[in-house]
Amino acid sequence: MLDVEIRHQLGQMALDIGFTAPKGVTVLFGPSGAGKTTVINAVAGLIRPEHARISVAGHRQCDTANGIWVPPHKRQIGCIFQDARLFPHLSVRSNLTYGRWFSRRPPVSKFADIVDLLGLGLLLDRRPATLSGGEKQRVAIGRALLSNPKLILADEPLAALDEARKSEILPYFERLRDHVDIPILYVSHSIQEVARLATTVVALSQGRVLTSGTATQVLGDPVILHMGGKAAGAILHAQVICHHADGLTELNAGGQVILVPRLDQVVGSLVRIRVSAQDVILSRTPPKGLSALNIIEGAITDIRTEAGLGVVVSMGTSAGVILARLTQRSVGALGLRVGDTCHAIMKSVALAETGVP
Amino acid sequence: MDVLGPNEWQAVWLSLKVATWATAATLPLGIGVAFALARWQFPGKAVLNALVHLPLVLPPVVTGYLLLLTFGRQGVIGQFLHEFGIVLAFHWTGAALAAAVMAFPLMVRALRMAVEAVDPKLEQAAHTLGASPIWVFFTVTLPLMLPGILTGLILAFAKALGEFGATITFAANIPGQTQTIPTAIYAALQVPGQEAAATWLVILSITLALSALLVSELLARQARRRLGTA
Repeated sequence: MLDVEIRHQLGQMALDIGFTAPKGVTVLFGPSGAGKTTVINAVAGLIRPEHARISVAGHRQCDTANGIWVPPHKRQIGCIFQDARLFPHLSVRSNLTYGRWFSRRPPVSKFADIVDLLGLGLLLDRRPATLSGGEKQRVAIGRALLSNPKLILADEPLAALDEARKSEILPYFERLRDHVDIPILYVSHSIQEVARLATTVVALSQGRVLTSGTATQVLGDPVILHMGGKAAGAILHAQVICHHADGLTELNAGGQVILVPRLDQVVGSLVRIRVSAQDVILSRTPPKGLSALNIIEGAITDIRTEAGLGVVVSMGTSAGVILARLTQRSVGALGLRVGDTCHAIMKSVALAETGVP
Repeated sequence: MDVLGPNEWQAVWLSLKVATWATAATLPLGIGVAFALARWQFPGKAVLNALVHLPLVLPPVVTGYLLLLTFGRQGVIGQFLHEFGIVLAFHWTGAALAAAVMAFPLMVRALRMAVEAVDPKLEQAAHTLGASPIWVFFTVTLPLMLPGILTGLILAFAKALGEFGATITFAANIPGQTQTIPTAIYAALQVPGQEAAATWLVILSITLALSALLVSELLARQARRRLGTA
């Protein structure tokens, strides 16, 4: 559990941020320049904010009002940086055990377990200079975990990697979230990472908290579309029912059948599906003769005109909230109003799995 | 090499001894000063920097004379040291001090570049892993400075081997006691018929300097390869 309250002048921008990160992955989400890295650095103790109250697992790390400031090496916070920052003069093994020399508590996770979890067995005797970007980042994750941390900070750990490496590393963070009992504060500007990893989301903009809550709540909030770009949209929680011979996977989301391109998940597993707001079509009447396979009925709960986005319609369905981006003209032509019943139409190929919830 | 008499050989060994002591003794101080100049902002930083570099720009004989004034038997520090039985002027330890002072700026320049080449982000990472500042210095900063430390050591060693002006002023040129290779060459050239000995000393001196440079280049290359920066 992490509690953060920070007020800090950052150039032209006044940072004023407060949030609580419970167990699991809390993603600090926002565009660059929103103040994410300042928050991370303040929590790690790498900068001293003007006014701050930060506590980790009930221990105060920083309280400017009472003159408390714990130096970074006494905070027991494991950091994973964007540039892995491995020590070039040490082998992978010595990098991994570096934090052990300084930890006074008995180790929480065993060396062999972490090596297994991250698949580092074959790398132990290599030097960082000989590792690929993805391998370096895995070692960095292991090094942070093995320093016996009470909290893990990950500052855009995937931003420096290409798409292939990203999809190589993401599953390791999911394993971390599901198997390691340490809260993780994860900074990202990618809606894909948020949708896939987040238990809790704190959306930042211009040095303030725009909105925060569970991943489903925050991604279902129309204001988030401003930050997520084209990919932004609500997420639905679903269960794999069966895999069809024609390459589709059938899911059940709150009683609604959803068909998506074949998912690499066993029958019965729970998945998150991200529905990009711009890929959703609304229809007043149950549509017929359409190629789109997914049609979900629901009631409109909110209609908002968002600058630069047209109109964002929120629809409550038994599968969860769905966001749709429409033009002003379409909303007028259909005469949509809050409370109206509507049908959301989604092409199967537009739906992306975002990982196990 | 019978051309070299016992006095000349003594000069060679004394030179190596003086240069080794001068280099070894200044290394810790050099690292401290280089670190302070590279990383810290403090009042008097410009003065410290100028002071360190002074021997590089002053005539060596002036440096030697200033050493004599402070560390000589009548000097402030010399008098104090004399109480403990430590004599520097006209003694081989004085030659080592003169060589150290003259080599110090070269060493600090190399070490400062070595400190500046260490990425502070790696030190931050070490902090977050629980290492206190002093541990970070010994486990991250210092090992990463290694190529630069080697360069600094060899540069200082070569400079100390060849130091002439300050040495002859402060420690004089006493065969068997304070005579080093350069002062021996100088002495040989003053006496007719000693050209052969002078030539051999010159060849020896060139060989020593070249091998020092070669060794430093090899060691630094090896260290860089270990760090994966080559």
